[in-house]
Amino acid sequence: MEIVALQVLNSLFYAAVLFLIAAGLSLIFGVMGIVNMAHGSFYALGAYVTAWSVAKAAGVMPPGALFVFLLLGALAVAVIGVVIEPTLIRPFYKRPEEYQLLVTYGLLLSLEDVIHLIWGGTPLTASTLVDYLGLFRIGGLPYPVYNVMMIGVGVAAAIGLWAFVYRTRFGVLLRATAQDRRMASALGIDVGRIYVQAFGLGCFMAGLAGAIVVPSQAAVLGMGVEVLVISFVVVVIGGLGSLEGALVGALIVSALRTITIHFWEEFELAALYLIAAIVLLIRPTGLFGKKT
Amino acid sequence: MNAPRAPSTRLRLALVAPVLAILILVPAFASTYHTQLLTYGLTFAIAALGLNLLLGYTGLLSFGHSAYFGAGAYAVALLMRYLGVSSMELFLLGGIAFSALLAALFGIVCVRHTRIFFSILTLALSQVLWTLAYKFFWITGGTDGLRVPFSKLTLLGGLVTFPGADAFPRFINVYHSSVLAIFCVCVAVRWVIVISPLGKTLQAIRDNETRASFLGVRIWRYRWLAFVVSGMFTGLAGILWVPLNGLTTPDVLYWPQSGKFVFFAVLGGFRNFFGPVVGAVIFNYLEVYAVAATQYWQLTLGVILIVLVTFLPAGIVGSATRLVEWFKRRKGAPK
Amino acid sequence: MTLLRTQDLCKRFGETRAVDGVNFTVNEGEFLSLVGTNGAGKTTLVNLISAFLLPDSGRIFIGDRDITFLSVDERIRAGIARSFQLVNLFDDLSVLDNVALAIFARERKTKRLFVLAERDTAVNREAFGLLEQFGLGDKSAIRAGGLAQGERKLLDVAVAYALRPKLLFLDEPTSGVSTRDKAQIMDTVSSVVRGGKITAVVIEHDMDVVFKYSDRVVVMHEGRFLADGPPEEIRRNRDVATYLLGTDVAQ
Repeated sequence: MEIVALQVLNSLFYAAVLFLIAAGLSLIFGVMGIVNMAHGSFYALGAYVTAWSVAKAAGVMPPGALFVFLLLGALAVAVIGVVIEPTLIRPFYKRPEEYQLLVTYGLLLSLEDVIHLIWGGTPLTASTLVDYLGLFRIGGLPYPVYNVMMIGVGVAAAIGLWAFVYRTRFGVLLRATAQDRRMASALGIDVGRIYVQAFGLGCFMAGLAGAIVVPSQAAVLGMGVEVLVISFVVVVIGGLGSLEGALVGALIVSALRTITIHFWEEFELAALYLIAAIVLLIRPTGLFGKKT
Repeated sequence: MNAPRAPSTRLRLALVAPVLAILILVPAFASTYHTQLLTYGLTFAIAALGLNLLLGYTGLLSFGHSAYFGAGAYAVALLMRYLGVSSMELFLLGGIAFSALLAALFGIVCVRHTRIFFSILTLALSQVLWTLAYKFFWITGGTDGLRVPFSKLTLLGGLVTFPGADAFPRFINVYHSSVLAIFCVCVAVRWVIVISPLGKTLQAIRDNETRASFLGVRIWRYRWLAFVVSGMFTGLAGILWVPLNGLTTPDVLYWPQSGKFVFFAVLGGFRNFFGPVVGAVIFNYLEVYAVAATQYWQLTLGVILIVLVTFLPAGIVGSATRLVEWFKRRKGAPK
Repeated sequence: MTLLRTQDLCKRFGETRAVDGVNFTVNEGEFLSLVGTNGAGKTTLVNLISAFLLPDSGRIFIGDRDITFLSVDERIRAGIARSFQLVNLFDDLSVLDNVALAIFARERKTKRLFVLAERDTAVNREAFGLLEQFGLGDKSAIRAGGLAQGERKLLDVAVAYALRPKLLFLDEPTSGVSTRDKAQIMDTVSSVVRGGKITAVVIEHDMDVVFKYSDRVVVMHEGRFLADGPPEEIRRNRDVATYLLGTDVAQ
């Protein structure tokens, strides 16, 4: 029984990570209509930056203070996103879709190798954060407090994002621009600024996902594409362009993944995609998706 | 009543004939190493022809064609290892059938969706295949892969074999000719497709999906057909590639391999019949020198791709064609 | 003989009733105009009939056949074709290929492989003949994207016409075109369509065009039919004058 509770917690933790990634992807798609093929690589960047800075600062700062690097990792990625959008991505909005996909794919190829270039091939960890918070007991079994805390971060992010998009003035501008770009600019909204901010926010979330996962799972090469492939299942099931879809999709996919790993580990990804294929046949736009 | 802007048939033959002659004669004057290198280039050119049927003519960008290349390669390796097959003809049959089946299955999932979702799904599905090849190591050899030694290969139903320690140069020469012949057949088949009503319909779907459906065309059926044919070509490339390489590993299914195919098409120009072929051959030679120069060739590739898409979207052949046309117009002669 | 019939057709967009219980009949051989102010529901009605949209309620019949839930390609096969307000062509194919493709589609030859598309002389002859009828014969080899606006509109109509439909919908065939070209386009379209004995429904804004070329005028307003009859009758109709022409005909 305790084991089930442990699996549920693991599943929720991973769901929090997936939600952040999928929500970021959906946000960018909803506002700007593009899918950033390098989104997973931003997640990887967040993980690497966080792990690297935690390792560097571990001797100098008290372990409790190291948590600030989670935020720092996310912010670093957001900054990179804010630089990339106006330079690399914006010139392609008016061009046919293939070119948008190609340029973000080129970014994917580049970023994956840049990570290799900067941090090399050995995995980076930030497990000091997990160790610091220690374990608590469920029944007789130990479980990291860190994981539960990060589930809390995921919940907070979901609520915060929802509030941000539906309750703030910026959120209104965001939604207006998403619905009708020309109308929005005719109303005097600076669409360019909205785009940069939306992209930055989306990248922040991907980076945050990487940051919160790395204390628990080492940062390795290829993690970006690996997570991209799984987050695609999330947006397939939940629907692209929808926050509720990202949440529901993340919960479903994480649960499915935990189950399939338990029963037939090798088939994990194949099983996920089999289910995704079935969902696509029944509801091509996903549970909450917008029609593209 | 030719399609406008296409160079005349005579010009095409004038360009193709000497190139073909050179390709046929290469083994006579080049070293074994260079002949092998060129043969690699030809296999990649076949893969590029496959990918571009989908990209250039049907308007669908696949980031997952490594799945079919790998399917072809692994089909050969598995047939050889577990069924003791050594005939190239059987490899071709089995491998193409396997790639076609895979493309048919994956195609059903991918083609019913918008172009963006299509591209995402192709990448994801090829990764699924990669994880299977990687994890079921007791069948596929895992990261060590499976060997396909040329010495076990037979051509023409067993008439041509390559026993003996010094058979390698002979193998390369013979193999080069076979691959060249197959390449020419592929070009011919692709050409037939493109100029037929089917080809025009695919291009119409690419240009204006809405209008095509308002002509009564069932869009997804044609896309699926193009997808399957495309997968077969790329699978064929994988089949031809693996005896040259002697070995197949899961790397051949991993996503950067798909990136290479896309790169061929963009480098050469994907709105062009021969563009991707040229791109594949150029890349083939570039890669040898690039890999020697830096281990971060993926970064180089990514940056060049971004530069190409930004500044030279028509690719090398496309831009050259435009340049030629510009000169023609400047000369003022009404054509 | 009734060719098309809609029964209480409804389509809502949020609060707006774009099409509100419309009973539309079109008889064989008619050349009728569908008019109304912007947002009256004309394009939505045509979109519903041509399967671009699905109705919220109501039915559509071609002859005796209920086509309400048929897909786009099934409706094309049932004999409906349309042109588009924002011209919808295959810009990278030649003008001839655009029409030839429609003929291939009609003849179900689009999957054929071992035929040189350009050599299928029967199809090409028909395509060329059609282009001549529409006055585009000399432009056949040009890329469709390179035509002038008026020519593009004609080509759009020609492509729909090439499907030899029973019922042809033309969505504002003269919009975005200069006044001089308008007359020329309508002359061509009207003569070809009538000559081919094809039933046509034209969405139009220009009332001069409407009165000059149509057998019958149907006026839509806020999703409903306001008036329906021959041009002279519509011209005299007070409601039409008020809503459509904005003139107070109280004198």
